[in-house]
Amino acid sequence: MNATTSTRTRGALGSSALRPDGIPKVQGRFAFSSDAWADSMLWGATLRSPHPHARIVSIDVSGALAINGVSAVITAKDVPGQLTYGLIASDQPVFASEVVRYAGEPVAAVAADHPETARRALDAIRVDYEVLPPLVDAEDAISGSFTPIHPDGNVIRRQRIIRGDQSFVGDVVVEGYYDVGMQDQAFLGLEAALALPDDAGGGVELFVATQWLHEDQKQIAACLGLPIEKVRLTLGGVGGAFGGREDISLQVHCCLLALTTGRPIKMQYGREESFFGHIHRHPARIFMRHHADRDGTLRRVEARIVLDGGAYASTSSAVLINAVTHMQGPYKCEMATVDGYAVRSNNPPCGAMRGFGVVQACFAHESQMDKLAAACGLDPVDIRLKNAMRTGDRLITGQVMDSVAPVERCIRETAALPLPEPLPADPDPLLIPGGAGLTARRGNITRGIGWGVSIKNLMYSEGFDDYATARCRLANGVATLQFATAEVGQGFVVLAQQIARTVLGVDTVLLEPISTAIGSAGSTSASRQTWMSGGAVDGACRLVRERLFEHVAATHHVDPLRLVIDGTDVVDSMGTLRVTVAEASHGLAFDETFEHHHRETEELDENGQGNCHVAFAFVAHRAVVDVDTELGLVKVVQVATAQDVGRVLNPLAALGQVEGGIAQGLGLAVMEEIVLENGRMRNPSFTDYLLPTALDAPDVVVSMIEEPEPQAPLGAKGIGEPPCISVTPAIVAAIRQATGKELSRVPVRPLDIVFG
Amino acid sequence: MTVVNATSLQQALEALRDHPGARLVQGGTDLMVEVNFNRTTLHDVVALRRVNELKRWHIVEDSQTIHLGAGVPYAEMERSPLCHHLPALAQAARTVGSPQIRAAGSLGGNLGTCSPAGDGLPVLSALDATVHLQSLDASRDLSIHEFMLGVKKNARQPNEVIVAVTLPILDGFQGYAKVGTRNAMVISAASACVVHDAIGGTVRVALGAVAPTVVRTREAEAWLASQTNLTAPLTVSPELAREFGRRAAAECSPIDDHRSTAAYRRHAIAVLVERLLLRANDHGKSPQ
Repeated sequence: MNATTSTRTRGALGSSALRPDGIPKVQGRFAFSSDAWADSMLWGATLRSPHPHARIVSIDVSGALAINGVSAVITAKDVPGQLTYGLIASDQPVFASEVVRYAGEPVAAVAADHPETARRALDAIRVDYEVLPPLVDAEDAISGSFTPIHPDGNVIRRQRIIRGDQSFVGDVVVEGYYDVGMQDQAFLGLEAALALPDDAGGGVELFVATQWLHEDQKQIAACLGLPIEKVRLTLGGVGGAFGGREDISLQVHCCLLALTTGRPIKMQYGREESFFGHIHRHPARIFMRHHADRDGTLRRVEARIVLDGGAYASTSSAVLINAVTHMQGPYKCEMATVDGYAVRSNNPPCGAMRGFGVVQACFAHESQMDKLAAACGLDPVDIRLKNAMRTGDRLITGQVMDSVAPVERCIRETAALPLPEPLPADPDPLLIPGGAGLTARRGNITRGIGWGVSIKNLMYSEGFDDYATARCRLANGVATLQFATAEVGQGFVVLAQQIARTVLGVDTVLLEPISTAIGSAGSTSASRQTWMSGGAVDGACRLVRERLFEHVAATHHVDPLRLVIDGTDVVDSMGTLRVTVAEASHGLAFDETFEHHHRETEELDENGQGNCHVAFAFVAHRAVVDVDTELGLVKVVQVATAQDVGRVLNPLAALGQVEGGIAQGLGLAVMEEIVLENGRMRNPSFTDYLLPTALDAPDVVVSMIEEPEPQAPLGAKGIGEPPCISVTPAIVAAIRQATGKELSRVPVRPLDIVFG
Repeated sequence: MTVVNATSLQQALEALRDHPGARLVQGGTDLMVEVNFNRTTLHDVVALRRVNELKRWHIVEDSQTIHLGAGVPYAEMERSPLCHHLPALAQAARTVGSPQIRAAGSLGGNLGTCSPAGDGLPVLSALDATVHLQSLDASRDLSIHEFMLGVKKNARQPNEVIVAVTLPILDGFQGYAKVGTRNAMVISAASACVVHDAIGGTVRVALGAVAPTVVRTREAEAWLASQTNLTAPLTVSPELAREFGRRAAAECSPIDDHRSTAAYRRHAIAVLVERLLLRANDHGKSPQ
C-alpha cells in the first residue's frame, strides 16, 4: 500500500485515527468489567491467608453458611477438576488446601446476596493455621538450606549462558551489585468478572478483564473439569494490564461459584485486594562484571542474576530467560558467562510486567556501561556509540541479530534532541524537587544528566508458537472484524480499523465482541499484538480484498492483478475502471479468516545457546533531573528518547505508549516499590504505593525512528515495552551525576541519596 | 446504624446526645478510608458536611485573630484572602492530598483524627491555636497543646463537636515545608512549620510526623531567643540556622516505618527547620 493511497482514506494507517473507545472512556460511559451486571446475580468474595507460610490445620465454613444471604462457600475440596493452574507450570492451587505459601493466598470463596454479606461471611470462616517460618531470602532458596516449600522445589529455573573464552580478563574491568525492588503494575481498572452459568447448567460464560482469553479458557476449563467448549469467555472492558492480567486471578473462583449456585456471580477486587490478587515485577539481585579493551571496546560480560519469583512459578522461567539473554544490552559482545536463577519463596508471586526481565537486566548493564565509560575516560554517549550493536552481530546466545538494529541512530537522535532550559533563578516551586511540599529553593538544587539504552525481544520465545487469528467480512462497503485480541488500553481496536480501512478502502469498520468465539490471538503481552494480531487482521483483509478483486475483475472483464484500492474505490491501475468498494461489494459478503504465525524459535541449550527470540527493538533515553541533594528529593525534568519503532502506524497512540512507558519507568526509578517485611506487604494501597503524579512526570521529547522491519507484517515493531526499560537507568545515572552517590538499587529513595 | 445528616450545629449536638458514641464525619477523607479498609465498623454516624456554621471564618478585629470554622475546606485556605493572613496554613493546605480531597477535607477532620502526620496540625501548634469545642450545654476552649494528646488521641469528649480554631494574625514570616517521596499528593514523612512573631519577638517551630504527636521545639526556640534578637528584622547567620535545625531535630522522636526511617526523618527535620529559618531571615528583605 503506497502512501498516497493510504492518506486518502480517513483513519487509515499512519494517521492519528481516534480510537473507538476513547471518547466513551473520557466521558465515563465505557463499560469496564467492573460495570458488568446481571439480574439476580450474587457477589463473590475471596478469603485470603494472613500468613506468608502456614499449614492449614482445619477450615470450618459452617459459620459462613449460617449467615442469611450466603449461597455458597467453596474451598479446595470443591474444585471439580485440576486443583492447580499456571501459565507455564501448573503449580498454583485454586485454593490452598494443606499449606499457604504467601500472605494473600486464596483459601476459600463465598457467594452472597450483597458485598457486605459476603464480607461478613468471610469473617465467619474459621481457618486454623499452624504458622511456619517463611522463606523470604532468594539466596536461601538457592543454597538448599531451606526445606522445599513446594513439591516442585525452591528453584524454579536455572539458566546459564556460556560463550567464548571463560577465562578472558579485559584491560579494564568494572563490576558491581545491583538491586531492583518489587514493582506493581498498578493498572487502574481493578480485577473484575461476571460469570453466567449455562441454562443447561453444564457450562459457564465469563466476562472478564484479561490479557489472553484463550489461555484463561484453557486453565479455567481444566480446573472446572469441563471440556473447553463449555467455558466461553468474552472480554470485559479492561483498564490497563502491563502483564498483571496474564495470570489467573478471580476467573476460576467466579466460574466455580456460578456453577455451584446456578446464579450469575460478580466478583471484583478493591485496590488492596488487587495487590494480593495479581503477580508483580520480580525483585532482582544482580552482580555484573564487564571486561573491555583499554579503548572501551566491550569484550566479555559476567553476570549472576537472581529473580525472586515468590510462591508460585507463573512466568518466572520465561522472565529469567529474558533477563539472562539480554544481559549484554544493545552492545556487541563476544564472550559471556551468565548464571541466572528464578527461585521460589514465601513472598508474593511475581510474573509478567512490562519489560519482562529486561528491566532488571538493563538497570545492571546500563549502570555498568557508565562505570566502564568512567574507567576508560569516555563519556556515557561515546562508550555506547563505540559498542552499539548492529544488524548481523551475533548475540551472547549465538543468535544472529537479524532485526533492523538502529542502536547508533537511537543514541545520536536522542543526543540531538534539545535539552531543557536551565532552571531559572526563581523557579516555580511546584516544578522543583519536593514540589508542593515547598522544601527547596533554587540554591538547594543540582542538575544531572544520564543515559540508558536498551534492547528488547518482541513476541514469545523459546519455541512457543504464539500465533494470532483474525476474521474479516466485507459486505456493502462495510468491513466487520473479529478477533480475540485483548484490548487492554493499548489501542489495538483502532489499529485494526486502520488496517481494514487501508487494505479494503472502506470508511466503516465494525468490531465484533472480543471473545473465544474465534481462534486465539495470543496474549496482549511482549509488545506483540501490532505485529501478530495486526498481521492476522492484515492477512484476513488481504484475503477479502483478493476475493473482491476477483469479483470485480470477473464482472468488468479485467485482470484482477491490475486492480488496486484508491481511497474508497477499486480502480484499474492500467485502465479507466473505477468503482466504489461499497458498490463492488453490494449484495455480497466476503468472509475470510487468517492466522499469523511468526518464524520458529528454539529453546536454549544448557550453555544458553540457541535462536530463542523472534525479533528485537531498541531505544535510547536521556534523562535530565534536578536533585535536592541535601534532602534526597528528585524532580525528573525531561526525558528525551529516540525509539526504533519500524513504522509509526498511529502517531498519537505511539506517543501515548512512549509517554506512559516513561512514566512507569520513572516510577521504578524513584518511587514505586512494594515494601515487604518478612513476606508481608507493608503498603498495599495507593496511599503508600506511590505512582508518579502530574508534578512528577517529566517533559518528554521524542524522535520516532522509522526503519521498516522486513520481518514484520506492517513493517512496525512492537512499541509497548521499550519506553519503560532504559528510562529507569537513565534517571538513576542522572541522579548519580548530580549527587556523586553510587545508587545501586531502584527505586532510589531519599535516604539512599542522603546516606548512600 | 443511624446516619444523621445534620444541617445545623444544634442538630448535630442533639444527634450526639441521642446516639452516644456516634462517629463524627466531616469530609470523610480519613474515616471512609478506615471503613473501606475494614479497620473501623461504623455504628452511628453524625455527618457535619451540611453544617454551614462550621464552614465560615471571620477576622476578630479586637484581638487581631482569625476564627476559622472547623469545616472550612483546605481548598479555601489555599486561596485569597485566607492565604494572606495565614500563609503557613495555606502552604500546608496545598500539600493535603489531591484537589478532590482538599475540597472535602478540613481542620476539623485533622484535629478529630489527630494523626501526627496531619498536615494542618504543625501550623496550629506553631501558631498556638485555640480549639473551640461545643456540646449541647457547654462550650470550652483548649489550647492546641492541651488538645492533642497522642497518636490519634485528643481531648474531645464524645458529646462535643470541634467547631472552630482561633489563630493569631501575626506580623512576620510563616512557612511550612513537608517531605514525602513524591512531589504532590503524598503523606508526610516529616514536616515543619516555622512562625516568626516579629512583634512578640519569638520564633516558634512545630514538627509533624516525627513523634507520637506534633512536637513544639521549645528548647530550640529558647536557645534561638538567647542567641539573637527575634524582634524584626531577623539577623540569622547560616551557621546559626544550621545549629537551630540540629537542635530542633534533637527534640523529635521519629520511627522507622514503610514510608521512611527515623534517621532520615531526623535529618529532614534539621534541613527543613534550617531552611525555613533562613527563609524567615530573608522575609521582607529585598534580595541582594
